[in-house]
Amino acid sequence: MRLSGRDVGCVRGGRQVFAGLDFEASSGEALAVVGPNGSGKTSLLRLIAGLLVPAGGSIALQGGDAELTLSEQSHYLGHRDALKPALSVSENLIFWRDFLGGAMSDPAESLAVVELDHAAQLPAAYLSAGQRRRLSIARLLTVQRPIWLLDEPSNALDASGQKLFATLMGDHLSRGGVIVAATHTPLGIAARTLLIGDAP
Amino acid sequence: MTALMTTLGALIRRDIQVALRVGGGALIGVLFFLTVVVLMPFAIGPDLALLARLGPAILWLGALLASLLTLDRLFTADHDDGSLDLIVMSRTPLELACAAKALAHWLAAGLPLVVATPVLGLLLNLDVSATAAVALTLLAGTPALTFTGMIGAALAVTLHRGGLLLAVLVLPLSIPVLIFGVAASEAAVTEPLSFGAPLSILCALSLFGLVVGPYAAAASLRHGLD
Repeated sequence: MRLSGRDVGCVRGGRQVFAGLDFEASSGEALAVVGPNGSGKTSLLRLIAGLLVPAGGSIALQGGDAELTLSEQSHYLGHRDALKPALSVSENLIFWRDFLGGAMSDPAESLAVVELDHAAQLPAAYLSAGQRRRLSIARLLTVQRPIWLLDEPSNALDASGQKLFATLMGDHLSRGGVIVAATHTPLGIAARTLLIGDAP
Repeated sequence: MTALMTTLGALIRRDIQVALRVGGGALIGVLFFLTVVVLMPFAIGPDLALLARLGPAILWLGALLASLLTLDRLFTADHDDGSLDLIVMSRTPLELACAAKALAHWLAAGLPLVVATPVLGLLLNLDVSATAAVALTLLAGTPALTFTGMIGAALAVTLHRGGLLLAVLVLPLSIPVLIFGVAASEAAVTEPLSFGAPLSILCALSLFGLVVGPYAAAASLRHGLD
């Protein structure tokens, strides 16, 4: 499987964010997207996720499931956690498992992996920022998608959480997955660097 | 096919759960409906005959405004917490997801209005048959309000303006529903008029909304992603 972009350009609100961007990542590879604030890291992830339309160039996935589009084979972990405060931790996770579908694993197990199993019945409204992030990560584990698009994944995670997430990313890569992560801090795994804009 | 049923069922179940729990706002619509209808006798005065004559129109106006009140959260809530991104990216066609969300919204916010109608009919001095007729027309007509309103709700996400813009966009679209809803209710009370024809048109409007609404809303959401 190979995810590649050729000459990708992005225009937001009439302003050119970036243009002529080339990148590629194959199975088992991670791509760390770095650049100063406002350089378009999030925009690039949303372009790959199909949530924005590129102003130029193309993004393609070779060797994936031919029946599915790129965005249908991707997980997107954005700034917003996609959690309903009124639902409990496990209800949130079970909803996304049922709604996203495809190959999946046991939600209770994923919660145990991210150390949230003690809070499974707690409404998501009472979670801290770090716990919300852990719950989003549990979504990545419960529903299997080969491509992970991560926007500042280590935000709000404590040191042990960051270490845990690095291990989980490593596992995903060793299963042949692809990771594209926008980040300011080191990911904790071997990753190729894609620089957008001037060096920070 | 069964996989699609599971995903849509999950979406409907979640939206109903969220709407019925604390802060969900499904019951706000019913409370608003109650308030509008209770205020009317105070405004119109103690003329029982006049109240009975205006009753169906008052109930329909109340239901229309109440359903509008809760509609603007239909997509903005999911947009604000990031769920909408994942819904758009999912393997479920966006049109079906929109239809499922609208159905869930109607079950949680529209159906309670129909159930509350008999109680409110009492306050307006409507007899049993008139109240039943209004409840029946609301049952046939409120889905049309939800499905046309959902186009406005999707545009509100795209344009980053909720609330008032939604009302301005949706109210003109709901005029036919209001006309035939009130016409059918009054036909049930006044003898020579036909009840069946306006009720059939009301059902037709709901079915039309069911087909057009999800496509328009999905197109608007796809177009307005940012």
